[in-house]
Amino acid sequence: MTNYLEFERPLAEIEGKAEELRAMGRDNEDMDIEAEAKALDKKARALLDELYAKLTPWRKCQVARHPDRPHCKDYIKELFQEYTPLAGDRNFADDHSIMGGLARLGDRPVVVIGHEKGHDTKSRIARNFGMARPEGYRKAIRLMDLANRFGLPVISLVDTPGAFPGKGAEERGQSEAIARSTEKCLQLTVPLISVIIGEGGSGGAVAFATANRLVMLEHSIYSVISPEGCASILWKDAEKMREAAEALRLTAQDLTTLGICDQIIAEPKGGAHRDPKSTMQAVGQTLAKLLDELGKKKPDSLMKDRRQKFLDMGTKGLAS
Amino acid sequence: MNWISNYVRPKINSLFSRREVPENLWTKCAECGTMLFHRELSENLNVCTHCDHHMGISPRARMETLFDGGIFVEVDVPKPITDPLHFRDQKKYPDRMKAAQKKTGEAEAMLVVEGEMGRTGIVAACQDFAFMGGSMGMYVGNAIIAAAQRAVELKRPLILFSAAGGARMQEGILSLMQMPRTTVAVQMLKEAGLPYIVVLTHPTTGGVTASYAMLGDVHIAEPNALICFAGQRVIEQTIREKLPEGFQRAEYLLDHGMLDRVTHRTQMRDELITITRMLLKQSPAIKGDLPKPSTDETSVETNSAK
Repeated sequence: MTNYLEFERPLAEIEGKAEELRAMGRDNEDMDIEAEAKALDKKARALLDELYAKLTPWRKCQVARHPDRPHCKDYIKELFQEYTPLAGDRNFADDHSIMGGLARLGDRPVVVIGHEKGHDTKSRIARNFGMARPEGYRKAIRLMDLANRFGLPVISLVDTPGAFPGKGAEERGQSEAIARSTEKCLQLTVPLISVIIGEGGSGGAVAFATANRLVMLEHSIYSVISPEGCASILWKDAEKMREAAEALRLTAQDLTTLGICDQIIAEPKGGAHRDPKSTMQAVGQTLAKLLDELGKKKPDSLMKDRRQKFLDMGTKGLAS
Repeated sequence: MNWISNYVRPKINSLFSRREVPENLWTKCAECGTMLFHRELSENLNVCTHCDHHMGISPRARMETLFDGGIFVEVDVPKPITDPLHFRDQKKYPDRMKAAQKKTGEAEAMLVVEGEMGRTGIVAACQDFAFMGGSMGMYVGNAIIAAAQRAVELKRPLILFSAAGGARMQEGILSLMQMPRTTVAVQMLKEAGLPYIVVLTHPTTGGVTASYAMLGDVHIAEPNALICFAGQRVIEQTIREKLPEGFQRAEYLLDHGMLDRVTHRTQMRDELITITRMLLKQSPAIKGDLPKPSTDETSVETNSAK
């Protein structure tokens, strides 16, 4: 069962019809429906091409949040071997919205950290929809420290609507935890590569996307605020999210122009969820290549370059 | 009971009572409703003399109260590119900027200065909540970096007064990138072994709290200042319960270990001097008015202060 997005409704109709026809064909042996079904398939493919050829920013937000999109857990399973999760912040709790631990990418040991949103109601609740609490960021800090001490590269997979806005999270210092995590990113003398696989939600993303290289999937987004939040503040109407998504320049393409995103990984037609395996493999290849490249750098220059990259940021605007 | 007492006299009276009274001579305290005379209020650093409610104060006025003799020099801040995203909501971003500049008389939301406090060399940066909610955009990022660089250059502590609604949405991702950028600035100070003191004023929220405002060596807040990451409305909508009274206020944060101190504005100057001088291993500052030249004619400091 495919989950269709709102703007994919015409596509859902055609693909549904083709499926119906095939089901009818299975029941009545003497009916020849295959030709007609194939024609519908072709029509569906053409429509998919058309829909995804130029996605508006708001549609990209929807694709980036697609429930079937491969999540951190899927990437870890597909790309890494010997994944050994490490838990806890040694202070208060283990935050399940952030996964992390030791793993091998090829035969290279690394530390992998990522937001996990969950894939059904139960796991989404357990994962708090990928919204981390201070414990999550403190776990990430601990893991980055570990990587730094043993000279292991850090790979972070970003996919979060943002840090969790809750009472306990505030009391335990959500802002301090995020600030310290960002600070830790900037202190590492090992390579830090960050991939935005879905949603890069504000401070919750910055906390471990402050990397040597920021890679984004074609339909992923990275923004200071959600389009809905921005619309309700600036337009005083949360329904203006389309306009807000447009204005915020949150797509991988715009962020490349602005000098924030270093590399875009193409997604299969119709988004990563239509072919998760090939998407994840493409991410794996990019990671291996970047690790080779950054592995040649001296520890000190990895840190200095990262800091300089951020100091230099903002010199580029959108060409008018 | 004639037209003179019923009509002419009130008319004359009203003419005389309608003297030119500037309207902003009195300010009503938002907390206790007391009407405060402007001179009295500004002498008390915009703190209500009745209930100690700390009202907003412009960065310039604040700096005047902190630096010796109200004297300080502005530090140049590199100008960022204007309107990088060509952002437009119901208004164009450049129009919002112009309105904020007109309202505050300032170019942007942060003032960076250097001078002496209790004859201790200090670099200070002060965020202006009146300027588009003090929002952190590229200029504010540049200002903090410039402040840190100047402090390192002069080997002086940096005192930062934060006040902001968060990141400046009109600069989109570039405003978000000020979180790591300002963190690099803080690291410059730490690596140079210089004190970085944050004074959190009302309100300090969002991405500002989650970066430079929470990375200080010492965190001081003004009484009752709202300091948080997520706003109360957002939290109430998420967890669907009422939040306790005083939630996210300075005293609440002090209780939860996020601050070192909550300090009244009128005591802030002395406290900042005391702390920075100890961190710099300097002798205690001379407090209060400097001695008159006649009492100690040989003192160089006294002469120069005169």
